[in-house]
Amino acid sequence: MDSIGVLMACPMNSYLEQQLDKRFKLFRFWTVPDKSSFLNSNKDSIQAVAGNATAGADAELIEALPKLEIVANFSVGLDKIDLAKCKEKGIRVTNTPDVLTEDVADLAIGLMLAVLRKLCESDRYVRSGKWKKGDYMLTTKFTGKKVGIIGLGRIGMAIAKRAEAFSCPISYYSRNEKPEINYKYYPSVVELAAYCDILVVACPLTKETHHIVNRDVINALGPKGVLINIGRGPHVEEPELVSALFEHRLGGAGLDVFENEPYVPEELFGLDNVVLLPHVGSGTVETREAMADLVIGNLEAHFQKKPLLTPVV
Amino acid sequence: MKATAMTSENQSRHSQSDLPYVLILKPPPSFLLFGDHFLDSSKFQYLKAYESPLPLPQFLQEHAQSVQAIFSSGLAPVTAETIRLLPRLGLVVTTSQGLNHIDLTECRRRGIAVAGAGTILSADCADSAVGFLIDVLRKISAANRYVKQGLWSSQGAYPLGYKLGGKRVGIVGLGSIGTEVAKRLDAFGCSISYNSRSKKPLVPYTFYPNVVELAANCDALIICCALTDETHHLINKEVLSALGKDGVIINIARGPIVDEKELVRCLVKGEIRGAGLDVFEHEPDVPVELFALDNVVMSPHCAVLTTESFEDLGKLMVGNIEAFFSNEPLLTPVSLDG
Repeated sequence: MDSIGVLMACPMNSYLEQQLDKRFKLFRFWTVPDKSSFLNSNKDSIQAVAGNATAGADAELIEALPKLEIVANFSVGLDKIDLAKCKEKGIRVTNTPDVLTEDVADLAIGLMLAVLRKLCESDRYVRSGKWKKGDYMLTTKFTGKKVGIIGLGRIGMAIAKRAEAFSCPISYYSRNEKPEINYKYYPSVVELAAYCDILVVACPLTKETHHIVNRDVINALGPKGVLINIGRGPHVEEPELVSALFEHRLGGAGLDVFENEPYVPEELFGLDNVVLLPHVGSGTVETREAMADLVIGNLEAHFQKKPLLTPVV
Repeated sequence: MKATAMTSENQSRHSQSDLPYVLILKPPPSFLLFGDHFLDSSKFQYLKAYESPLPLPQFLQEHAQSVQAIFSSGLAPVTAETIRLLPRLGLVVTTSQGLNHIDLTECRRRGIAVAGAGTILSADCADSAVGFLIDVLRKISAANRYVKQGLWSSQGAYPLGYKLGGKRVGIVGLGSIGTEVAKRLDAFGCSISYNSRSKKPLVPYTFYPNVVELAANCDALIICCALTDETHHLINKEVLSALGKDGVIINIARGPIVDEKELVRCLVKGEIRGAGLDVFEHEPDVPVELFALDNVVMSPHCAVLTTESFEDLGKLMVGNIEAFFSNEPLLTPVSLDG
């Protein structure tokens, strides 16, 4: 299969890169100085694209690759892929569900604990060498806090299961109520935010969920509320979030994703009630390898005319 | 009853003369954080040794006949000497999770009841332990530092962490806190094993008869036991070596349970993967070698210091003291049987 051209949209994982290089003819899109001339010269060789949360296959790229048969995503989110265009052209799309569910859910809880219990601030305080007897770092208890989940898919359910072990009552918002699930349903995100102590974004990014966490939701969550975002940056109206934190209309935030990664609003850097992570939801050695294996597995299955492992389209 | 040691404020608040006295040796953290009246009760009054100019033994001798109970936050040890100077002492209540600051032998000898924090602080301790474990494996504090220094945009992706799911977790001491830790980590898909003074028959976790074997069979060791003569430096070179270079240690119990010098050496040399530490051998002094390490997360002995726990604990302590003075059973008595 080493004559099959695979375009890797951006650097994502060196093991994946290595494997794609070994098995296919790999084109590293980010190393190309003139992208449109590159696409012009190589359009007949490229039959697959490997994308991720940063870069995938938009309409423009798809149009530029007439031989494109499959987009294998190194991510579970599909917001960087023009799914409609892929459907239209009969291009297959795969992603990496399930293998990263646990890591993302673990990180969501980790962020909740880090924000409420001020783990990062405590660590910073000790490292400053200024700890003296009689100093008390007072934090907020996590056990028993009401956790509200936007999106009760695989990741949302995994977050719920973990939070329940901390005796957290679970509530959620979803496009449709799930009657078989025992958690409290709210028909709108504002109502969910008003009720819960910790609001976590765990839904896919679509046109409908763009800026699903806006000023009204943030105000409803309130000065003691905490927002956790392990979804996509554009789920949250970022400037509104920043001003709410500054004006103390929101109690705290734990964010793994941002509207314009890797750029993070610098105003957040000095806030001790905010924990910022560089999009590491699935960022473990074990999971990235499993995700890479899925990408490779899907590509090989496709070109060997076998059933795809994790097809979306 | 001598009025000299009582504050005039105290005198004017209640009809003081018939309320029994509870001795406080040093101001508890809750007074410093929430004010002097945080633990007030209409059924008793406080005698604050720290407000007197007299040295403690003299102060105790002066009030020997008045003091029936001591309230200890853990900051001031309740020694045999103190106890011997108080012939009417019948109760020691403490808000500390640990009891190593109270001479339990002397209490047992004198028939003095002891009331503790019960299990009220266990959730907070367990939450800290889990928080630390996720932080160390997933590099939360280190990555937060990275982003807040602007390095994500200038230096690119942060190094990968390690998956928590499926990790083998070894709990040292399966008491109330250890049990809460186990319950939480179970939900993350960890497999739980433990070492305790005795095997617990109804518990679904694997028991190891000693800590070295436990360490050899786990990826993360979580210290949840009490500090006693037996557990001093329980986590030593042999245990850390058995834990190995992919192992993580979390200590939310007491600093002296771990041989700190050896732990620091292992961390600096990369002989273990990382550590989460709320407690140290000589607080507030922390080995400076740890400050340069990204695989260590530290906190200033605050695993139980949440606003909610202060409130719950305050109510519990007052409840215990009121029960004692009403001749009712204590809410959270500590068994003093050997």
